[in-house]
Amino acid sequence: MTALTLSNVNKSFGKVHVLKDIDITVEDGEFVVFVGPSGCGKSTLLRVIAGLEDASSGDIRIGGEPVNMTPPSKRGIAMVFQSYALYPHLDVRGNMSLALRQEGRSKAVIAERVAEASRMLNLDPYLDRYPSELSGGQRQRVAIGRAIVREPRLFLFDEPLSNLDAALRMNTRLEIANLHRALGASMIYVTHDQTEAMTLADKIVVLRDGQVEQIGAPMELYNNPANRFVAGFLGAPAMNFFPAGLVQPGDGREMGVRPEDLYLSADGPLEADVCHVERLGGDTNVIVQVAGHQITARLFGQHDIAAGAAVRLGFDPARAYHFDASGARLAP
Amino acid sequence: MSRARANPVNAAAMHGALILYTLIALFPVFVILINSFKTRRAIFREPLALPDADSFSLIGYQTVLKQGDFFLYFQNSMIVTVGSLGLILLFGAMAAFALSEYRFRGNMLMGLYLALGIMIPIRIGTVAILDMMVATGLVNTLWALILVYTAQGLPLAVFILSEFMRQVSDDLKNAARVDGLSEYTIFFRLVLPLVRPALATVAVFNMIPIWNDLWFPLILAPSEATKTLTLGSQVFIGQFVTDWNAVLSALSMAILPVLVLYVIFSRQLIRGLTSGAVK
Repeated sequence: MTALTLSNVNKSFGKVHVLKDIDITVEDGEFVVFVGPSGCGKSTLLRVIAGLEDASSGDIRIGGEPVNMTPPSKRGIAMVFQSYALYPHLDVRGNMSLALRQEGRSKAVIAERVAEASRMLNLDPYLDRYPSELSGGQRQRVAIGRAIVREPRLFLFDEPLSNLDAALRMNTRLEIANLHRALGASMIYVTHDQTEAMTLADKIVVLRDGQVEQIGAPMELYNNPANRFVAGFLGAPAMNFFPAGLVQPGDGREMGVRPEDLYLSADGPLEADVCHVERLGGDTNVIVQVAGHQITARLFGQHDIAAGAAVRLGFDPARAYHFDASGARLAP
Repeated sequence: MSRARANPVNAAAMHGALILYTLIALFPVFVILINSFKTRRAIFREPLALPDADSFSLIGYQTVLKQGDFFLYFQNSMIVTVGSLGLILLFGAMAAFALSEYRFRGNMLMGLYLALGIMIPIRIGTVAILDMMVATGLVNTLWALILVYTAQGLPLAVFILSEFMRQVSDDLKNAARVDGLSEYTIFFRLVLPLVRPALATVAVFNMIPIWNDLWFPLILAPSEATKTLTLGSQVFIGQFVTDWNAVLSALSMAILPVLVLYVIFSRQLIRGLTSGAVK
């Protein structure tokens, strides 16, 4: 069973073509992450799936049923927003139960589901508080709870962690991963943060300028990017790009090497001047200049390198990627 | 910022300026109030003196209460003001919501058209309005006034409210849509409480000109049954003789209801400011 099928979905605002021929399938129980730089259309795509925007053309099916003409509340979805979007005039219990009351569920069902969700999210002590009395992390948990109680066929997350600080972000990320395991529900998650995408997803959809660049499992995209954009977007620090001519004179292609694939080597092909060294304890990021190109090497462990030193970097040619001028991937 | 605020000289200067302004603003009200309790002779001899045992007199209030039906005038003014404010806020907010929330053809033009009324004084159309009221048989009814004041207040209300409604989080409205709330529920239960400060501002802006207006009551509803307070007070101002005791007493009493309305709205204003909606 597929949870969601998008075929040939297009969306235009006036003359601006925001989404171009999107084809995506989400299987039951799958965690799919839409990732891309800001303005790539990923949030618009999510709103089209939710029914908050109408698709200009194309077919949207949730659980096999076409939902193009169905209002958001009847699509069997629940959505979690970046700004939490809690109802300020209702307490936590009221926030979580509002959708069920709108659906006309019985009081017993509502009470049971709210109790279940608040137990899962550790919200029991806060049920009678108002949103203004909660911290950011608690508010986001309430927003997630509001989604859970509806028992939707599809969860939609719109950058849910962007408003949280770094430590909380990591915890909440773990909570969302656990939640996905516990509920076994299909989830779509939009983010611009490639770390969130890599750590949470069963399947990543990389978007750029309203187009799907590549779809696949995180490691598949990481190890086998279809083009220069995907290669550069996933992975931190980002992949290094430089003319292949630096290594093999006469080669006109562009070469990409991941920072962790570079190592110090006395007879390495890249002659580099160290500009800056970032010591992270476990790793050391060395930022160097090679013939005017900035390159980052990520060395395991701690290294005693000072800015201004001259080093030589080597890499395994089998781990290098090649791209043509348009950014398409070439065979090595 | 915090240092500037803590500086005692700055704080004193700020409070001094505000206190001075308060005194200037309250002075005329004060003069009206004290003189309304004095005899006619005392008013002219020493306008700034407080009423004492000699000059104290309630003659003005007695005249006002005896002559004409002042409670009816009061009631008329109250109905007209509250009715107009209600309609201005309701329709203004609804129009503002539509303009700020929905994308439709002519949205911009509609907004401009509604804002045009801010620049054109409604009194220019008095003759046409009178014609219309005569044709619809609304002359000498309170409805005539309520309708005219509603039309007069709407442009500014739409303009201010649509600006505020744009600031209400889209996520919140979308969350409500996903939860199955109707557009009306979203408007009344979510958006209106969040723009309460703006509603209070609009209400205060509109309330005082409506309460004080003499023009339209005089033209559209001058009958005894529909006189407003401002129009009713005019009987004491004659071409040759003016009963100052009565005028000042009537004005003093006219201040009270506006004051009460203002207190209600300013409370709402503060409560609106403190509701934590999004983040």
